[in-house]
Amino acid sequence: MMRRRPLTWRKLSNQFVKIFSTAAVLLAVGAMLWILYTVACYGFRSMSLSFFTTPTMPYGGPVRGGIANAFLGSVMITFGAAVIAVPPALCAGIFLAEYKDWKTVSNVLRFSANVMMGIPSVLVGLFAYIILVVPTGNFSGFSASVALAIIMFPVIMRTTEDMLGMVPDALRESALALGMTRTRATVCIVCLSARKGLLTGILLALSRVSGETAPLLFTALFSDGWPKNYFTGPIANMPVLITEYSTNSPFEVMHQAGWGAALVVTVLVLVINMSTRIIFREKKI
Amino acid sequence: MFRYDTAFKWICLVCAGVVGVLMLGFFIQLFISSFSAWREFGLSFLWSRDWNPVTDKYGALPSIVGTLSTTVISLVIALPLAFSAALYLVDARPLIGEILSHAIDLLAAIPSVIYGMWGLFVLAPLMQKYVQPFLADTLGLGRFSFIGTEFNGFGILTAGLILSIMILPYICAIMRDVFRMTPPMLRESAYGVGCTKWETARDIVLRYGIRGILGGVFIGLGRALGETMAVLFVIGNIMEMPSSIFSGSATIASTLANHFAEADGLQRSALFALGLVLLLMSFGIQVLAQYYLHATGARRGETR
Repeated sequence: MMRRRPLTWRKLSNQFVKIFSTAAVLLAVGAMLWILYTVACYGFRSMSLSFFTTPTMPYGGPVRGGIANAFLGSVMITFGAAVIAVPPALCAGIFLAEYKDWKTVSNVLRFSANVMMGIPSVLVGLFAYIILVVPTGNFSGFSASVALAIIMFPVIMRTTEDMLGMVPDALRESALALGMTRTRATVCIVCLSARKGLLTGILLALSRVSGETAPLLFTALFSDGWPKNYFTGPIANMPVLITEYSTNSPFEVMHQAGWGAALVVTVLVLVINMSTRIIFREKKI
Repeated sequence: MFRYDTAFKWICLVCAGVVGVLMLGFFIQLFISSFSAWREFGLSFLWSRDWNPVTDKYGALPSIVGTLSTTVISLVIALPLAFSAALYLVDARPLIGEILSHAIDLLAAIPSVIYGMWGLFVLAPLMQKYVQPFLADTLGLGRFSFIGTEFNGFGILTAGLILSIMILPYICAIMRDVFRMTPPMLRESAYGVGCTKWETARDIVLRYGIRGILGGVFIGLGRALGETMAVLFVIGNIMEMPSSIFSGSATIASTLANHFAEADGLQRSALFALGLVLLLMSFGIQVLAQYYLHATGARRGETR
């Protein structure tokens, strides 16, 4: 026997849920705008040409420091990560999507990739520390690149698989019917027709990884001065600069520079992210 | 020709195998590096309360408690919000729904260090000045010992709040997918027998997609467990058992980031052991998430 519910009560609770869910959306969007507004407000004050052209300086020096070396270092680390991660991740995605005859292996690897996507980035930092920093005996930009590459790898692998999965089988079959080898059909036909999707995956992974901080604390560390020794020494980078300046420094000037760096990172990440979504929108499911 | 193809297939297999090797490597390397801590403290490392570099005694309980309590708080806040936001977005007019969905997805794109900075300079002062006094004094909740009357803006509650904002977009994205997958026939039938929208959502959509929703919850849980920077900025980093949700604490991830640079010897090994604990926790959660998401085929939050 169903419990009888009065109509007014049902309508009232429906109204209440409606209002609550609108409020939830507004709250989420509001939080986003609030964060962006804060970063923009504080960060804008430190924008100037010299902020982008002078390297970081310790507090109290004659010249006020900028972020040029940290910016360069971040670009090097992220670019290095992309070079390390993208080619093998694409191949890995191709394996999952195109070679269906090894079901068990694919399933196990797909599962590990999904799990790897959820492994906290701080642990990736620890792992890179153990396998690269301890044996070589020094922090380095290269180890940071490897850490970021480990984070990117499963993400690109899975998006590649999804995107290749959307390519119609007719295309594969026609390529093979023309007498192409499997390799040629995969690389020249399937991957080429899914190129927008693949690029989306790579760019989104890059944008996600370029603000990643925790792994860099264990690998790249920080150093004032230009990033000259990518392979052998700690190099400056934006995320660690933000962390150091805002938590480990009591000086207003440093907080200011930290906000400036935060603005630069946020704008870069969001611009990559949004433009990727807008330009390649039709390729998304 | 033939060998060409085989070679390419093997190259792809090896590349894909890297991910499995990495997965195993994480466990093996962390276990090896933390071995001396396990040998020294045994399993009692997990429930020992000390963290004392002077006497070289280490225990994981304070940071495990910190991790779990921030995670629970963030889920309690984020879950109803994400659920009802997804409800709204699925039913909203297409253009508005799409724009708002993208806006919420942007929350996931903001780097965590930015959340940390915002939490440190904006949220923590607000918490100290308005929210915590309001909760403790005005509402009189301070007499409950788990809430407490001493506050300085930092602590478990602030960290949980920030985490809830961070994991909301992930849970919301998965829930949106799950809701869209409910067959229209089911929803239409529910409307047909006179259900209100809320009743349809609660009795039809929620039950139909419960596995996907659970998967989304676990994805969010995994995010919250391992988040480092945002928590590091606002939790206070005190290695003691927290007495209330206003008190400073430390999570496993924030402990790793905070203590690693100056640690060596046994302490470093203990930190690796903490890392192993975190790895096991997030591995278990990811497995559960996979188990629930597998059936629904909803896309994971990360690939957005």
